[in-house]
Amino acid sequence: MGQDCATLTAVQDGVVIELSDAAYGFGGEPLFAGVGLTLGRGSFHFLTGPSGAGKTTLIRLCYADLLPTGGSVSIFGHRTDGMGRDEIAAARQRIGVVHQDCQFLDHLPLIDNIALPLTVSGRPVEPQMQNLHELLAWVGLGHRAEAHPPELSGGERQRAALARAVITDPDVILADEPTGNIDWDMSVRLLTLLAELNRMGKTVLLATHDLALIRAAKAQVSARVLRIAGGRLQLAGADL
Amino acid sequence: MSRIALILGPDGGADRVVPPTGATARLTLLTSAAMAFLAVFALALSMAAGRVATTWADALARTATIRISAPAGEIGPQTEAVLRVLDQTPGVAAARALTDEEQRELLDPWFGSLPLDDLPIPRLVEVTGTAEGYDVEGLRQRLAAEAPGAVLDDHGRWRRPLVTAASRLRLLGGIALVLILGASAAMITLAADAALAANGQVIRTLRLVGARDGYIARAFVRRFTLRAVIGAAAGTLIGALAVMAMPGPGIGEGFLTGLRFRGAEWMLPLLVPVFAGAVAWLATGAAARRVLRGMR
Repeated sequence: MGQDCATLTAVQDGVVIELSDAAYGFGGEPLFAGVGLTLGRGSFHFLTGPSGAGKTTLIRLCYADLLPTGGSVSIFGHRTDGMGRDEIAAARQRIGVVHQDCQFLDHLPLIDNIALPLTVSGRPVEPQMQNLHELLAWVGLGHRAEAHPPELSGGERQRAALARAVITDPDVILADEPTGNIDWDMSVRLLTLLAELNRMGKTVLLATHDLALIRAAKAQVSARVLRIAGGRLQLAGADL
Repeated sequence: MSRIALILGPDGGADRVVPPTGATARLTLLTSAAMAFLAVFALALSMAAGRVATTWADALARTATIRISAPAGEIGPQTEAVLRVLDQTPGVAAARALTDEEQRELLDPWFGSLPLDDLPIPRLVEVTGTAEGYDVEGLRQRLAAEAPGAVLDDHGRWRRPLVTAASRLRLLGGIALVLILGASAAMITLAADAALAANGQVIRTLRLVGARDGYIARAFVRRFTLRAVIGAAAGTLIGALAVMAMPGPGIGEGFLTGLRFRGAEWMLPLLVPVFAGAVAWLATGAAARRVLRGMR
């Protein structure tokens, strides 16, 4: 534990997201600085650390929801500080994001919410209906297709968010405390789904403070564990 | 045209991403309908005022009166001279001297039954010009030469204020139309701003899943434009029916009986929903771009 490194590079081919000497701060006070991180294609990273250390901020930097106050962040080879709004939108169509408090369009049934990334990118939804139902079944929500988001439990919302994140077959999945609101069994089930996606070649960055979950992942996936604390990003240990 | 097609054509689900907001939707429809109703009336008023201004100007410009004041023995010869001059003047369609009886009727309201036969009343000659009109100054000079007691009154003194009033009424109608359109734009902007602010989470979710600004803006613009057009169409229809219910031009000749549109003017109210749609499209688009600029 505690191996300090300037750049944590995954060994897989291709770079999808790269932070170079990245810093972020509020009102002149740095939350973290000098962060170097390269997420290669097909890699799986856990991001852990105490509350308020900057896990969510780092995740948000990775899909250009925030811009670094120092250094740079590149997504698919493009620096986020030079990307136009449409370029950011296009990049997000290749990134699936799952938040702890995942948000949906409450007036639409679940099946339409899952299809939302297809809808907004102008892809026809009708030919994908079979896939949508299979995806819902895959996350255990096959019977909830017509339910509206407010009718779903916390665990169902997390799994629905994961389904929505992968419907466009994205290159990267960023999950920020996706197990924060759900019980252990459901957390393991969600982790299993993420591991399965990783085996399908998706790059996964999962922020969690749940070390037990990280340990449980050992049998399912080859992952690196990063720890952010005290304004620095460190490699927390060897591959699990 | 492609932008209009984007609003009117199938939207691929863009419109569905905007949550239905019952109260805002109803208010937008209702206000658009009310504004369109008022716009149709302002239009009718403006058109009627324009017609009245033109009619008064034309009618008064074509009529004139010549007053012949002369000693009793010279009235007859000067009247004949005046009629001769008028007969030879280009642009004069008709001229005739009023009879004693007609002159008495004109004076009745002022003098009642007083005996007027002994009073030296001037002879009046009524002149009607052609559509092209006649040279007023030229006629004055010829009258001065041929009938020194004749004075030409082309009604300009009281014609001008009337025509000016009617023209200003038409201008006021136009200003009312512009104000109604401006108020509609402000109302739709406020409604769109409120809807966009209330749907901040929806917009963030759409951005999160990769929606471009154009897609999000289009969804809101489409929703509000359609509402404004539907409301305005209903208001226009009701307004047009109300204008149609006004007394027609054949019933009396007052200003209020001329409010109905005439002929092709009935096509003008059809522009009201088009303008309402354009105003809603511009106002909502600007509001959406303003809100989206504040988000990543």
